[in-house]
Amino acid sequence: MKKKVAFYWCASCGGCEEAVVDLAEFLLDALEQIEIVFWPVAMDFKIEDVEQLTDGEIFASFINGAVLLSDQEEVVRLLRRKSQVVVAFGSCSHQGGVPGLINTHDRQDVFDYYYHNGPTVQRNGNEMPTPTGAKAFHVALPEYYGKARPLNQVIEVDYYIPGCAPPPNVVKDALLQLLSDSPPPRGTVLAGAHSLCSECPLNETKPPEGFKIKQFVRPSQVTHIDPDTCLLMQGLPCLGPVTRSGCNALCIKGHMPCTGCFGPLDGVRDFGAAALSFLASLIDSNDEAEIQRIIDEGLPDPLGTFYMYSFPGSLLNEVLQKGRQKARAWREREETVEAQTTENQ
Amino acid sequence: MDTFEPKIVGLFCNWCTYLAADLAGISRMKYSHNLRIVRVMCSGRIHPEFVLWAFRNGADGVLIGGCHPGDCHYIEGNYKNLRRFLLLRKLLEQVGIDPRRVRLEWISASEADKLKQVVNDFAETLRELGPFGTELPEEPVLDIHPKEEAVS
Amino acid sequence: MKQGNGTVPRIGVYVCHCGTNIAGNVDVKAVVDFASKLPGVVVAREYKYMCSDPGQSLIKNDIREKNLNRVIVASCSPHLHEHTFRHATLEGGQNPYLFHMVNIREQVSWVTEDKMSATEKAKALVEAAVYRVRYHEALETKEVPVNPDVLIIGGGIAGITAALTLANAGKKVYLVERDYSIGGHMAKFDKTFPTLDCASCILTPKMTAVKDHPNIHLFTYSEILEIDGYVGNFTARILKKPRYVIEDRCIGCYVCVEHCVYKTPKFPSEFDEGLGLRKPVFIPFPQAVPLIAAIDPETCIEFKSHRCKKTCQEACRDLVGRDAIDFTQREEVVEVQVGAIIVATGFKTFDARRIPEYGYGRYPNVYTSLEIERLVNSSGPTGGEIVMRDGRKPRRVGIIHCVGSRDRNFNPWCSRVCCMYSLKLAHLVRERTGAEVYNFYIDIRTPGKGYEEFYEKLMQEGVHFIRGKVAEVTDWTITPEETGKLVIRVEDSLVGVVRRIPVDMVILSVGLEPRDDAEEVRRQLNISCSSEGWFLERHPKLAPVSTFTDGIFIAGACQGPKDIPDTVAQAGAAAAEALALIDRGSVELEPNIAVIDEQKCSGCHVCIALCPYSAIAFNEEKNVAVINEALCKGCGVCVGTCPSKAITQQLFTDEELLAEIEGVLLV
Repeated sequence: MKKKVAFYWCASCGGCEEAVVDLAEFLLDALEQIEIVFWPVAMDFKIEDVEQLTDGEIFASFINGAVLLSDQEEVVRLLRRKSQVVVAFGSCSHQGGVPGLINTHDRQDVFDYYYHNGPTVQRNGNEMPTPTGAKAFHVALPEYYGKARPLNQVIEVDYYIPGCAPPPNVVKDALLQLLSDSPPPRGTVLAGAHSLCSECPLNETKPPEGFKIKQFVRPSQVTHIDPDTCLLMQGLPCLGPVTRSGCNALCIKGHMPCTGCFGPLDGVRDFGAAALSFLASLIDSNDEAEIQRIIDEGLPDPLGTFYMYSFPGSLLNEVLQKGRQKARAWREREETVEAQTTENQ
Repeated sequence: MDTFEPKIVGLFCNWCTYLAADLAGISRMKYSHNLRIVRVMCSGRIHPEFVLWAFRNGADGVLIGGCHPGDCHYIEGNYKNLRRFLLLRKLLEQVGIDPRRVRLEWISASEADKLKQVVNDFAETLRELGPFGTELPEEPVLDIHPKEEAVS
Repeated sequence: MKQGNGTVPRIGVYVCHCGTNIAGNVDVKAVVDFASKLPGVVVAREYKYMCSDPGQSLIKNDIREKNLNRVIVASCSPHLHEHTFRHATLEGGQNPYLFHMVNIREQVSWVTEDKMSATEKAKALVEAAVYRVRYHEALETKEVPVNPDVLIIGGGIAGITAALTLANAGKKVYLVERDYSIGGHMAKFDKTFPTLDCASCILTPKMTAVKDHPNIHLFTYSEILEIDGYVGNFTARILKKPRYVIEDRCIGCYVCVEHCVYKTPKFPSEFDEGLGLRKPVFIPFPQAVPLIAAIDPETCIEFKSHRCKKTCQEACRDLVGRDAIDFTQREEVVEVQVGAIIVATGFKTFDARRIPEYGYGRYPNVYTSLEIERLVNSSGPTGGEIVMRDGRKPRRVGIIHCVGSRDRNFNPWCSRVCCMYSLKLAHLVRERTGAEVYNFYIDIRTPGKGYEEFYEKLMQEGVHFIRGKVAEVTDWTITPEETGKLVIRVEDSLVGVVRRIPVDMVILSVGLEPRDDAEEVRRQLNISCSSEGWFLERHPKLAPVSTFTDGIFIAGACQGPKDIPDTVAQAGAAAAEALALIDRGSVELEPNIAVIDEQKCSGCHVCIALCPYSAIAFNEEKNVAVINEALCKGCGVCVGTCPSKAITQQLFTDEELLAEIEGVLLV
């Protein structure tokens, strides 16, 4: 009997769907073994079709995108119940991804930007979409949470296929591993075990005595990139050393530094912090003012540089959440005390 | 109303700032009780993650103490710490955390006075700033459902 | 909870009272109760003195009886007793690195205002340790052999004593002296207090013994360029500056000096504090060791114009047949390997010009005490006769104590030797000239064997003592009695009046200060200084000659002002510490080195250039970084950098430190 498989997308760009299509002939071969039961982007199944399946009837659900809206949460919870295996597919689902950077903004600000202040917005009146529906169409809209979550913050996840988007070779390998008789242990990220440097063709251009970095440059600032020298040594903030391998250094081969879409290696608790630490350590200066200058000129956006794909699931985000909780608790306590004092008076 | 007492995690190098803290004790100097010291061999050992972890677990401020420039017991571990510190501070500022919550001080083994002054001053700054997170904009609490477990 | 050694952690927590040092300000019982309820804690106890024998026995017995596999002692600083308790843990039958120490004395009870806060803080630190030790693992220490040779920096009485002690014990010593001769300040003195024995008579034989000792290799007119390595295995690079005289050819016969084109000495002699003169080619003083001539290129005509007749060279070659003078001599760098280093670089005296009110440098008859030492010295510029710069003999002499010392504007410390040497100089001046001698003092401090008696004797000799800090020394005279004299204005604080004492000669008892190059030496050796600039001992009482850098010891006034007996005693102690280290034969290195997990290493090269000791190399074949254990000193820079988390630092793993951070925040 063919294994039932589902695909779903949450807050994503659609690239991950392309990644499935990119499997090309392999997908056709795979269809000998699998049967797709849900794939909104390509096939006409409805939620009701999934609801009618028994729990655990789906062998594997591949879910891409971060969870940003209430309907997404609803569907992934449903898929979790119906699936034996849930695979977070692509960076957004794996770590929160680019949409996850929305978490650093206020929910209302985002709304205002998209519906009022954005340079491309032209509207009349002050109508805003609400969960209860826009007046003209009487369509119920899902709730916008304002915070994107990686899949494993919403449901239990069994495997991760990293990448923005996962390249075909990684997806193919992952599928083969999952379908094999001895699948990898749950929780595995289905890509390389070492960092990108281990498979990067430019790794051997690093001198045996190591290297330091005099200044950082952004790809847009350089007129010439030496294709035969490690990009990091040229000052491009390549995150290859801290990023999981598996992509065969696709970006590097295109002369672009790694931005870290495959996420951290096992044992790294916070991708951004690890990236920040190694990159800062390599700065070739001991002078405080000069170091600050190198940082300000070359790394003007540490959040975007180090947490481009990993913010929602990061320790940094947890820090902010805990901070808000703590501040809230303190405020509430102070209010209570104040109320009591007033009462006593 | 009771005042807020911050928790400060001190990440001190074994050879300079930790010894300064010992000397402060030997000299019976009294300073703010808010400091909790964790010893590392060199400030160069300190990973930015340690600072995040401290905030994650309830610290209101993190004080990193190392040897003066040029004085590192391990030649230049303190500079490596400085590089990470400056970049980390920029990141924290970018996400809305008050940069005064992380402080890097070069305190040599003999500078018990400086240690005392820095700790008292830092505690005072943090008392003014309030609990960690106060500076972050308030956000509505998401009604998070419990995580959906796998069917077994 | 993490399983260590295949077992669940069974933790013993011991909280020390340290008499009342801890218990006076920390509710020890509350800490123990708190600890006993923490996860993994099998037993929590308190004890008066954990470092005592019975205290250590508690640990050993509990390890055996309660099968403890983790031990925590909350007491003083790990710098003081970590070793003690590790040893107790080992004797109890567990690996010593399963122990962790919590500092609740220096960093809690002694620095916290109220008991409640102190107790809370102690609890937090104990909880952090409980969290931390879960991740502790048994570790092996590495033993490295100790090179039996010793380097001694500084050839004053401290360096000489230490060198002779070690050499007599059969150890090879390299003694490095910056000046042309060993002997230091002591060689300049005439008599020593309080016994008044002749300094030369007791020092010169020791200096000669150094020169003649087969185990001592003497480097004079040399400086330390660089020190590398670690306890038991230091490499020192020594710079031998050119004296333009070939050392092993010179016999110290003075013929070159006599035949210098300058017929008479013309340049101030450094050894005589500028009171005497020397030629460009000179021997610093007759008892110099080594007794070798030197040429000062600053004053020698040959170096200035290349047109000297070089009569000195000619005389040495033709009259003595030694041909020792070599105008082309260059600097030379010598490298030596040693196991221990004793730093005995001494002090400098306070620059009296910094107190302009006292007129030094302005009035020729105002002298520093060191100048007077040369004046009263029978081998000094006047042959021991006390005459002033104008040739007169002083009839009235004022000695001003505490110049630069015990003074907030200059040095707050007491220089310890000035009272006694002032008394000595008072005695010598009065004895030699019959002058009236006035001592101006803040307090007379004579703590030492026979010191107070010496003071008593001087009062009986009719030396005057006026208690008060001198306001100024001036040549502005009022009465006929004062005419032609210097007037010392002082408030006599015993009588409560301002007095004007006219004198012929003023002696400024200058205090002791760290040498200008102390900072440089400190950096070279990687040791610490107090904020005043004295080298910092490991513990003021229990480890007075050790530093925080293993294998480096300090002796003499570089550690703080002290007199000759204390210096000699300290030098002996430093030699004994060095001997103990050498004769042990090997040292155990802290296992806090970095370790690379080859399985995890991605071969990204990031760590390599960051290692300050070049201890990391790249293995091309395996595509991994490799740490040379012998070179790693355990700073952890690579650990804090590794993007693959492939490097861990033993005793300071991420897990241990994160657990500790989490723990300190729980209370």
